[in-house]
Amino acid sequence: MEIEAAKQIGAGIAAIALGGAGMGLGTIFGNYLTGALRNPSAAPGQFTNLLIGFALTEFTGLLGFVVAMIILFG
Amino acid sequence: MLSTDPMHQFVVQPLVELPTVFGIDLTITNAAFFMIVTALLSSLGLILMTGRGAMVPTRSQSIAELLYGFVADMVRSIMGEEGRKFFPYVFTLFTFILVANLIGLFPGVYTVTSQLVVTFALALMSFSLVLITGFAKNGFGFLKLFAPAGLPFVMYFLIVPIEIISFLSRPFSLAIRLFANMMAGHTLLKLFGGFVLSLSSLGAVGIFASIMPLAVATAVTALEIMIAGLQTYVFAVLTCIYLNDALHPSH
Repeated sequence: MEIEAAKQIGAGIAAIALGGAGMGLGTIFGNYLTGALRNPSAAPGQFTNLLIGFALTEFTGLLGFVVAMIILFG
Repeated sequence: MLSTDPMHQFVVQPLVELPTVFGIDLTITNAAFFMIVTALLSSLGLILMTGRGAMVPTRSQSIAELLYGFVADMVRSIMGEEGRKFFPYVFTLFTFILVANLIGLFPGVYTVTSQLVVTFALALMSFSLVLITGFAKNGFGFLKLFAPAGLPFVMYFLIVPIEIISFLSRPFSLAIRLFANMMAGHTLLKLFGGFVLSLSSLGAVGIFASIMPLAVATAVTALEIMIAGLQTYVFAVLTCIYLNDALHPSH
């Protein structure tokens, strides 16, 4: 196989990481909304935790992006 | 091809050639130039906004006070009163990243936070501050951070390595999160801009069809403004949480 073609395929495979990050983000925001609707008064206090969870989860998807970039341009 | 290449915007180019002094290349690149612009803009802007110090704030002064109050609240709610001495550091970090992210959205402006070396330097600053504070305040008691109290003895063989690895990966995750967010966003913007260009070169039908990528690019710009603020907030909050670990190592 051409090395260039293999690189493109590898970058595409690395983008699969976004699927996992998407599932994780959905879980986080969905569960936050569930909790917030059950107890709206406690919701604002957990907003920071929501954003931290969001950031930590998003990081796994971004690692996939970085790997794809390293494969393509590194 | 050069104008539609989405990665071209991240190339560091020299603007002013300066000599090498003591092995340090003093050449001002576009990244260095916009870092200076960011620092000047944030510091001079805040000085001008709060210069008069009126009792009834003007519009610009209340923006600065909102920013100050927001970061002060964040520092106080995470670290408590003890954390007040870290407020200047967190505030500087916050304004620098916020201004760098926001001015990076203007066309033609180099986004300094899309360079891994910049974000890693910022993350390493936070990380060394955590280490110095932790060991200066708690001595070797800081190592209790790696061994949470109240576990069965056998568990420590598992927990301590995990805690050490997660502690050491903190600067990397801080740096890569900010860098990859900014880089991914700006690549996306350039990608849709490139679609508009290549579609509109196809004639009347192409120009009509290029409305769609243009609309997406506009929406992505709005999203990027949100991401710019959110990533600044996340960087500052995580720095606060790590500093809180250094202040109170026993979970």
